[in-house]
Amino acid sequence: MSRRRSIALACGLFAAVAATQGAAEPRPVPSFAEAVTAANGQTVYFNAWGGDERINAYIDWVGDQLAERYGLTLEQVKLSDTADAVARVLAEKAAGNRAQGSVDLIWINGENFAAMKEADLLFGPFVAELPNFALVDTEGKPTTLIDFTVPTDGLEAPWGMAKFNFIYDSDRVETTPADAGELADWAAANPGRFTYPAPPDFMGSTFLKQILIELAEDADLLQRPVESAAQFAEVTAPLWTYLERLHPTLWRDGRVFPTSGPAQRRLLDDGEVDIALSFHPGEASSLIAAGQLPESARTFVFPEGTIGNTHFVAIPFNAQAPEAAMVAANFLMSPEAQAQKQNPEIWGDDTVLALDRLSLAQQALFAEIPRGPATLPPDRLGPVLLEPHPTWMTALEEDWRRRYLR
Amino acid sequence: MTLELQSLSLSLGGRRLFAPLSFTVRDGEIVTVMGASGSGKSSLLDFLCGMLDRNFTTEGRVLLDGADLAPLPPERRRVGILFQDDLLFPHLSVGENLAFGLPPDLRNRSARRAEVARALVDAGLEGFESRDPATLSGGQRARVALLRTLLAQPRALLLDEPFAKLDVGLRDRIRSFVFTHARAKGLPTLLVTHDPDDARAAAGPVVALASLSDGSLANGGEPGSS
Amino acid sequence: MPLRPLIALRLRPFPASPLALVPLLTLLLFLVPIAAGLIGTWLPAFGFLPNLGGTRFTLEPWARLLNDPALPGALTATLVSGFGSTLLAFALTVGFAAAAQGTWAYRQATRLLAPLLAVPHAAIAIGIAFLLAPSGFLLRLLSPWATGFDLPPDVATIQDRYGLALALALATKETPFLLLMLLGALGQVQSPQRLATARSLGYGPVTAWLKTVLPAVYPQLRLPIYAVLAFSLSVIDMALILGPTAPPTLAVLVFRWFNDPDLALRFVGAAGATLQLLVVVAGIALWRLGELLVARLGRRWTAGGARGGSGRTARTTWSGSLFAVLTLGLAGLLVMALWSFAGRWRWPAAWPDSLSAATWSRQLEPAMETGWTTLLLGLAAAGLALLLVLGCLEQEQRSGRRPTRALWLLYLPLLVPQVAFLFGAQVLTVSVGLNGSFTALVWSHLLFVLPYVFLALAEPWRRLDARYLRSARCLGATPFTVFWRVKLPMLLRPVLFATAVGFAVSVAQYLPTLFAGAGRYATLTTEAVALSAGADRRIVGVYAFLQALLPLAAFAAAVGLPAWRYRRRRALQ
Repeated sequence: MSRRRSIALACGLFAAVAATQGAAEPRPVPSFAEAVTAANGQTVYFNAWGGDERINAYIDWVGDQLAERYGLTLEQVKLSDTADAVARVLAEKAAGNRAQGSVDLIWINGENFAAMKEADLLFGPFVAELPNFALVDTEGKPTTLIDFTVPTDGLEAPWGMAKFNFIYDSDRVETTPADAGELADWAAANPGRFTYPAPPDFMGSTFLKQILIELAEDADLLQRPVESAAQFAEVTAPLWTYLERLHPTLWRDGRVFPTSGPAQRRLLDDGEVDIALSFHPGEASSLIAAGQLPESARTFVFPEGTIGNTHFVAIPFNAQAPEAAMVAANFLMSPEAQAQKQNPEIWGDDTVLALDRLSLAQQALFAEIPRGPATLPPDRLGPVLLEPHPTWMTALEEDWRRRYLR
Repeated sequence: MTLELQSLSLSLGGRRLFAPLSFTVRDGEIVTVMGASGSGKSSLLDFLCGMLDRNFTTEGRVLLDGADLAPLPPERRRVGILFQDDLLFPHLSVGENLAFGLPPDLRNRSARRAEVARALVDAGLEGFESRDPATLSGGQRARVALLRTLLAQPRALLLDEPFAKLDVGLRDRIRSFVFTHARAKGLPTLLVTHDPDDARAAAGPVVALASLSDGSLANGGEPGSS
Repeated sequence: MPLRPLIALRLRPFPASPLALVPLLTLLLFLVPIAAGLIGTWLPAFGFLPNLGGTRFTLEPWARLLNDPALPGALTATLVSGFGSTLLAFALTVGFAAAAQGTWAYRQATRLLAPLLAVPHAAIAIGIAFLLAPSGFLLRLLSPWATGFDLPPDVATIQDRYGLALALALATKETPFLLLMLLGALGQVQSPQRLATARSLGYGPVTAWLKTVLPAVYPQLRLPIYAVLAFSLSVIDMALILGPTAPPTLAVLVFRWFNDPDLALRFVGAAGATLQLLVVVAGIALWRLGELLVARLGRRWTAGGARGGSGRTARTTWSGSLFAVLTLGLAGLLVMALWSFAGRWRWPAAWPDSLSAATWSRQLEPAMETGWTTLLLGLAAAGLALLLVLGCLEQEQRSGRRPTRALWLLYLPLLVPQVAFLFGAQVLTVSVGLNGSFTALVWSHLLFVLPYVFLALAEPWRRLDARYLRSARCLGATPFTVFWRVKLPMLLRPVLFATAVGFAVSVAQYLPTLFAGAGRYATLTTEAVALSAGADRRIVGVYAFLQALLPLAAFAAAVGLPAWRYRRRRALQ
């Protein structure tokens, strides 16, 4: 796997750097009280995917709150791909930059977290120091501790819950598909009206994983790292057969793909496709409210379950303002910030908190949130399928590229 | 004040433009240099005011008031020059054009303004300070140009066919305006022209600038030899 | 009497000054990052980059590059869009100049040039993307009443496999540049006299132009054409918006490799960047071969004596084509401006359901912040470039030497593809601790701003009647005074115009901003490109509009300020 090789390569390099510069001690993690004191006046460069204006607006709101409460400045560095920031931290480590990094806080999960953790690019463990972490529903939402099969080990603070779902135009789709097979049938019956973003966009990759989990003979294998190329080929064979059948029926005959989830949602609004993908059950309602999706937009899931995960924030080992980054991470987990985030008129991203651990006043914040016209009630969201081990995603992306990027 | 040329000659690329010149221009005297086009008249003036292209080689000397001009940069020679075109700066008003010529050591603003006003009266253009030079007639512009040059308090005056582009009727008037002022200021004046009328009106010695390009030897030498 | 020189001296009218160092400094500012950037890209292309563990030379990056499944498709799209756009822009330029000379259309077109030239590539691409998309404005105008489409047709009118939409957008942006260069060159070859001669021998106007004027102006168009070709073969921002996606063009492919978290791909990216350079070099060589071939055929054609007709058909055809292309560019901008005020605007409505300023009131604050960064960066880069260019020109004038060879060097940043050296240059800035600093950002923009400022200013500066300067010197003004009080004010118009050109070039920069700014500095262009990928089109509209507005405002100021300053100076109007 190229990922493993690159990390091995990076480790070798870092060993060389360490040898020339003396053994690098991990930086000490301050207590939260110390962090609050130090945070005053600091600037946090929050590297977060910037492709959604509503999320950017929410982050702006967070910035205002942090400035008011803690006197720190939050600057969002809008990424088109989180991997860009990971690459930058890697490059900085290679250049011997140990405390002047350009990234203070990063929105992360999955393969990027796995890569940063394995390459020792993370500050901490710091999460246990954050007071609001005690409110997180770590039992009911196990993905707040296990990120794509990789233990978080206190290196990333949970921020929001994602669950894969489909947005569709109810004026044009009468019966929604109930599983991968029905989706392919629907696409065949409605040629050119469905597509998915080209991996490695995470929405596109998630679509591949969703199909793979459904079609793989032994889905449990996916929870462990890829063992060999032969094993990968065998396990994923049903997926490629499926795609061979699906692609000719897709938008642009499967020869052009949208570049991201939002790009596909815009195609839905433009009437070019009838089904789009989403990772937030409340997103469709939120987009209707923002005038970016038709009133007729609704959502559906596969009753057998769809992939769910948690997204986090982490602090790179060489952050310039780790204290302020801790304060920001703690605020992101606060009931106010979480409730604000869950409101579909703001963002519609589900909370990581356990509501029964909150005060009544705090619970009321969540009770007031309107569900929105397109959001499925919790009992119809279906079971959560666990993310495969990140090695599967990397290998899937590579194989997809080999097959279809020609 | 006298302007003295001693065996002066210019060459470009090893080729001499004209035979060595030696003559003296006394104050108030107007010496006319005549020559066909390409004989090096303009290069001679460029050299005198210090703006000759560095590709030229020079021999001989030029003395102004007995001091060699060569080491001085143009702005310190105080050699005034008038061209065929008046070259009034188009971005400045008439008054500003005149003030451009005034030496910087005259600092007092009202004194500067008074000098400009006096020059305008002298040119018959009283109250023209804020006019756009582009709105003046040819004769008015020529007079402003001369006065701008004179305000810089030159020690010698060079005239590069300054009347060639004027209407015939106007030419005599401007010519006498320039000559009168040059004489009144006692300036040694070198007039370069190919118009015999100019030479006649200057009523001074005439130097013929002979081209050496055909290999013949120059006959130019002493003033009054023609 | 024999002629005996008294003294022979070589005149040095001006003492040596710090000014003499400016041209050298300028060249160093250029050459160091480009040379270091190229070397810093070539070494990893052959496996050598100790920082990333590459300590021995190997051909493995090349093997991976050449075996990459995406490469053939990427190369095809690159060549089709690169050559297609350059040929189209060249044909439009020459066709229009030959066919429409002296007509009303000719004078109108020249007016449209400056605004299109000012607008950043990304804004043009965003506008054209919405015009041409199957659910875009043009089909909305016609559907369903004329086309019968109830749903947008499933045809790749943008992001097509071969990059045809990309080629069209590139041509829209490059034709004004070539036309402007051509108009400048025409003044220097006495085209009216040539035309009059040919017409008096019985040649039709178009044939006369092609046979007598084109061969004379082409040498002066050559460098601009090569720059256009190099740019088109390696453009990133427009390709991200309009180019094919699976696979993308070579430059985008390389760009993705450089950004991949898998460090091993940096080596493949470096090889790809080097291949990109080779593609551009080969592309220029191919064009040169084409020139020779056309010249040979053309000479035979010229000597053949065919007189050609009245050129009326040609006039209509070429004027029509040019206006269609220019209108496409401007209409795209207007439609994006309309989007920024739209309420809901769904297929197939040709006009928004409602208009409101809501998007503006929400986006203005963040957009202003980005706008400030863009403005400061543009002013810094254009200002610095102006200082250096003025220094070079002043030194050139004072020393009397005109460095003709240096012109090629000046074109270097325009001929070398950005992806081919920005990665290596980034390694350089990281190693001196400048990466992600405003200094590095300004510097990176300067590389591309300076050539244009020089091109815009050199001719007017050299053309200024030297007798004014002589006259001023003889009135007692020092060279410094002459510079400040005569040259600058008299050349205020071209100086401001050149600054506006430089500013517009800075605003348009995408890749240098990303590489040198380490992602920390967002400009209107980086934001517009990022948003164009999928964000709310109303917000994209806000950014595309502002992105176009800033340089247009600069041009308006460059035209308006001197006009106001010299409103009472008839000779300068």
